[in-house]
Amino acid sequence: MKPFGFLLLLSGWGIVFAAVGLLATGGVRIVFLLSGFGVELIGLVLVARSHPILRGPKD
Amino acid sequence: MTSPPALSDIGALLCTVSILLIPLAGAGISLINTGLGRSRSASHLMLSSICIISSAALVYFVCGFSWQGYPGGPAYQFFLAGRGWNWIASGPFFLRRIDLDGSPASLAALLGIFSAGLAGLIPLGSGTDRWRLGAACASTTLLAGFTYPLFAHWVWGGGWLAQLSTVGGFGRGFVDAAGSSTIQVVGGLTALSIAWILGPRHGKYTAAGMPSAIPGHNSVLVSFGCLLALIGWTGLNSAGAVLFSGVEPGSAVRVAINTALSASSAALMAAAITRVRFGKPDASLTANGWIGGLAASSAACAFVVPAEAIVIGGIAGALVTFSVEWFELRLSIDDPSGAISAHGMAGLWGVVSVGLFGNVTQSGVSVTNAGNSGQLLAQFVGIATLIGFVLPLTYGVNWFLNRIYSQRVSSDGERQGMDLHELGAGAYPDFMTHSEEFTPHKL
Repeated sequence: MKPFGFLLLLSGWGIVFAAVGLLATGGVRIVFLLSGFGVELIGLVLVARSHPILRGPKD
Repeated sequence: MTSPPALSDIGALLCTVSILLIPLAGAGISLINTGLGRSRSASHLMLSSICIISSAALVYFVCGFSWQGYPGGPAYQFFLAGRGWNWIASGPFFLRRIDLDGSPASLAALLGIFSAGLAGLIPLGSGTDRWRLGAACASTTLLAGFTYPLFAHWVWGGGWLAQLSTVGGFGRGFVDAAGSSTIQVVGGLTALSIAWILGPRHGKYTAAGMPSAIPGHNSVLVSFGCLLALIGWTGLNSAGAVLFSGVEPGSAVRVAINTALSASSAALMAAAITRVRFGKPDASLTANGWIGGLAASSAACAFVVPAEAIVIGGIAGALVTFSVEWFELRLSIDDPSGAISAHGMAGLWGVVSVGLFGNVTQSGVSVTNAGNSGQLLAQFVGIATLIGFVLPLTYGVNWFLNRIYSQRVSSDGERQGMDLHELGAGAYPDFMTHSEEFTPHKL
């Protein structure tokens, strides 16, 4: 799950970068920017959930 | 790409003096990290701070500045949609061909040597009590040698984020006067990576997954560190604003006022929130709020009026207070000094604040951002780059480092304390320990 989360982070940034570089000003570009943010957010959640907790001893 | 105008003698002198104050910010962060850690790791933390600053300075001298560069310097470009995108500088290593005479390039190099060390100190707070000295130095080498210069080039060296105004039509391009993103967020994201890779300290979480309080050992060090950090940050913000944002040297007064007001409102906001929630003001969270206010002030310090700086700081203080708890309770991230929140989260807010409040001035032309969604979008593109590119990059390099050189100290070493385990002597040899915490027990 962790590699997939990081892949989504990079993919989201790729969408944002592509929107900045390839799309002209306007609503479509903003939609792509928001989509990129959304993909990054999903990736961030996956990465955060994939890290185990070092728990203490059981009573 | 155009070169920045040469500084006047007064401007060069102001920048030099301001930059020479930056090590005080490093001293402040070191004291805060040490005070919020355990007493049995205090000496290790201070030595680690010195070694991290040293590693960062050396590697930045060797290759860091050549990759960061400065506007108008040599750089590599790639072409997309018929436009050139400047992605990394290509100057010679070892600061060759830079006249160390007070020119903007030489001052940028001097500022970079200190600020790379400052960025390197941020993860140390998250790795407190369990991050090996050698691993901290190696990680800092990667940070100061590649991650920091790469992003700093994009923002301060004439890179593609700074070019967003011309290549993408976004406001004045991504704007960060003095390092909310380049220093604070890059350091904060590295701190997050280190906290994830190292895992929490033994005893931090119970079997049920609930966090236990491990209070810092010296709140006086923490408070003194906050005061030192204010002096250092004033220098950092003043120098950064003049060097990288082209504001007049006289604006340093406004920058200093905004910096102090932002930190003050953040600290008071954090104290008030903890007073309301817990019945008494919390010293460590108030200190974190203070640092959060400083971190948030850096981006917009030259472009806002004092009243706006107070608002920016107040929001930063509240953000840090809730963020520390959120990371600890919800994400189970053990961040002893609150560095991820105070530097990373507050830094992100500082970047946003430029788009919300800033009157960005470049080359003497003032542009009011009220209603300028282009500037806000440019700031969000920068944030997307930090989270979507810098976080995977810094996590990846530290993960790889951890594969070849374990970054976390052994369990026995952690119980014994980093001072005794790695240095052979404690910070407070005359103190007696009346607890069983050094006794190994089954986890």
